[in-house]
Amino acid sequence: MRWLVALLLLALAAPVTAQDTMPPAPYAYTQLEDPAQEEQARELMHTLRCLKCQSQSIADSDAPMAGDMRHQVRTRIAAGESPDEIREWLISRYGDYVSYEPQISSTTWPLFVIPLIVLLLAGTVLLRRMRRKS
Amino acid sequence: MIAEIGLAALWLSAALAVLQLVGGFFGARDETNELRALVRPAAVLQAVLCVISFLCLVWVFYVTDLSVKLVANNSHSMKPLAFKLSGAWANHEGSMLLWITVMAAAGGLIAFIERRLPERAMMATLGTQAFVGIGFYLFILLASNPFERLSPVPADGNGLNPLLQDMGVSFHPPTLYIGYVGLSVAFSFALGALLTRNVTPEFARVMRPWVLGAWIFLTIGIAAGSYWAYYELGWGGWWFWDPVENASLMPWLAATALLHSASVLAARDALRTWTIMLGVVAFSMSMVGTFLVRSGILTSVHAFAVDPERGSFILALLALYIGGALVVFAMRASTIAEGQRFSITSREGALVVNNVALSAILGIVLLGTLYPLLTEAFDVRVSVGPPYFNPVSAIFLVPMLLVLAVGPLLRWRRDSLARIKWPVIVIVVAILVVLIAAALFAEMSILPLLGIALAAGVGIASFMPLRGRSLRRTPLAIWGMCIAHFGVAVSLFGMAADSAFQQERLVAANVGDTIEIGPWEATLQSISPVAGPNWTAMQADMFYSYEGGPLMEGHPQARSFWAPPGETSEVALITRWNGQLYAAVGNMAEDGRWQLRLWWKPFVTWIWYGGLLIALGGVIALVGRVVSDLRRREAEARGEARPYPDEVEYADYDEVRSIAGPEEAKS
Repeated sequence: MRWLVALLLLALAAPVTAQDTMPPAPYAYTQLEDPAQEEQARELMHTLRCLKCQSQSIADSDAPMAGDMRHQVRTRIAAGESPDEIREWLISRYGDYVSYEPQISSTTWPLFVIPLIVLLLAGTVLLRRMRRKS
Repeated sequence: MIAEIGLAALWLSAALAVLQLVGGFFGARDETNELRALVRPAAVLQAVLCVISFLCLVWVFYVTDLSVKLVANNSHSMKPLAFKLSGAWANHEGSMLLWITVMAAAGGLIAFIERRLPERAMMATLGTQAFVGIGFYLFILLASNPFERLSPVPADGNGLNPLLQDMGVSFHPPTLYIGYVGLSVAFSFALGALLTRNVTPEFARVMRPWVLGAWIFLTIGIAAGSYWAYYELGWGGWWFWDPVENASLMPWLAATALLHSASVLAARDALRTWTIMLGVVAFSMSMVGTFLVRSGILTSVHAFAVDPERGSFILALLALYIGGALVVFAMRASTIAEGQRFSITSREGALVVNNVALSAILGIVLLGTLYPLLTEAFDVRVSVGPPYFNPVSAIFLVPMLLVLAVGPLLRWRRDSLARIKWPVIVIVVAILVVLIAAALFAEMSILPLLGIALAAGVGIASFMPLRGRSLRRTPLAIWGMCIAHFGVAVSLFGMAADSAFQQERLVAANVGDTIEIGPWEATLQSISPVAGPNWTAMQADMFYSYEGGPLMEGHPQARSFWAPPGETSEVALITRWNGQLYAAVGNMAEDGRWQLRLWWKPFVTWIWYGGLLIALGGVIALVGRVVSDLRRREAEARGEARPYPDEVEYADYDEVRSIAGPEEAKS
């Protein structure tokens, strides 16, 4: 039993240490040459969550994984992919969690419906006030 | 020994809270009950004992008494003194002790000072304050004792998270906590008024300075926290919609709404139930925030406590206090008579819009913060971040800011927009001119564009209430309002300008390289190792010049701490009136070049200047209120009746003006 655990730990640990010791990918800390493309990449990176950090986007983080993701985003933008395609690709890889921009789905609809209800409620309160004469 | 004194003082305080609750209960039912006499002394003594207890904790951190478990876990003998002291509250147990100390101090203060309310209402208020206090005493004494001893005594402590070893953090949590917990007074006043059926303008006048005080601290705390994140995290972001930030924003939103609705109640005897509700909600948001941060339910930059046992304890307290308050509210709300009526185009009407919008934003922040936690319970992980919060809160923020510009110009009770036609035209023209100019000449996305235009409108409008007044005789509260509203405009402008115009340069630089960024040139002169008391760092010596002007120095560092191990980025900030240059240094790449991150952030500092102006407006208004209350008290002592300043300032003044005013005479 113990050797199994040890083996598992080893298997899990190996890629992690590899990731930490590898040099950062070239586009992790450098920008794209084309300002328009860089602007696209920047906007996208600000809406992607750094999975290793706490409440930071990949554009705000020193974590190696955030660096790798920045590299991915920039190379894909440079290759002509659209920000939405890259977001889709990252979501298919890491799940909805990676995107700070919640998409309307069977789990997230209340996030969009509730503000609408609040808006209607606020409107009704104000309308009623308006009708009522002092 | 010192730790034991601290613990004993805390137990005694808890016992006094029980006494205060019993006395308050009987005193609120029957004004002649003798137990009533216990309440005020118990509250004051409790405050003194809690302060003693807290000082004991600071002392054991000061001398690094490693036999105290909390010190061993969070401090280190090599740590600089300032951070040894701030370590006392930069952890779960210490921060909860700070919480109860502030709460006891607030309760002691109202017991000592406040004599304007009917005695029964006051007893109910102090009883409620004690009732809430008891829960937190139990939580500290049973589940998070800060004075627990450790045996054997370790050779040295574990140190403090390097991110927290910063002067900003020494100052930020106590400020926020005074704000959070200061709102407990509003909660107690609201329940006291509700229980004894005393929801009157007098109640609002008594509660208002306390809310204002707490709100000032919250404002400063949030601004300081934002600035801390900005310079300490090293990537130039100043607001992340992080759950911990939201936890401090929510009580602020509720307290802001409460301040405005309390003004309506004080001056016009309207919005009675609503003000009570906000009093309950404001402190409830403080408790929800504490629950989020302290229960470990979040994993975020600020949340260092992970302990489900404590989480369920706080959750039980939350359910008891918020649920209990809402039950009392539901039972008693129908007994509150409807207040004075008013038309929508009136000062009250504008304040209702403000309240509805602030509450809606509060609801959205609450939803966006709690929703991911809810889905996580069902094993679905979603992230809610800036792309959600920014536009959705803007839906309510934009109309609120428009009303903010015009509302203070309206009269109480009933007014017409035709009367203030010219100021409104000036404001609208200012907004439109800036909107069109910015849309034509600068490439901006929609939110910063609206932000800049509204900042212009609100900025111009904020001092319009002074128009036609003798500046020397204008009450301080009006000045405070104008300055706070101007602060909103300044802050908004900073946010919009930074979002729209910031420039970013991420480069790998050799020593000697010059990097151009916006109007700046930055030269990397050299890179050298430096050492501090508990860290080492690589320091980049850099020179910066604005539009070819004189050279300025700034030394960003990449620091490595060893106890506990961790890395932080010490950024260099070159501040001008029109913005900040932000420089950070990263690691060395394989080829020997250094990663540099540079941002030119136009007007970014205005965000925090605006925050300070908002707080300053609060301070001025508070001084004005307190001074006029004191004068009134003196006048009463001399046997003269003196009307409340509210009535003179707004209602009567406006009435007098409207009778004499030419516009009204015509109609």
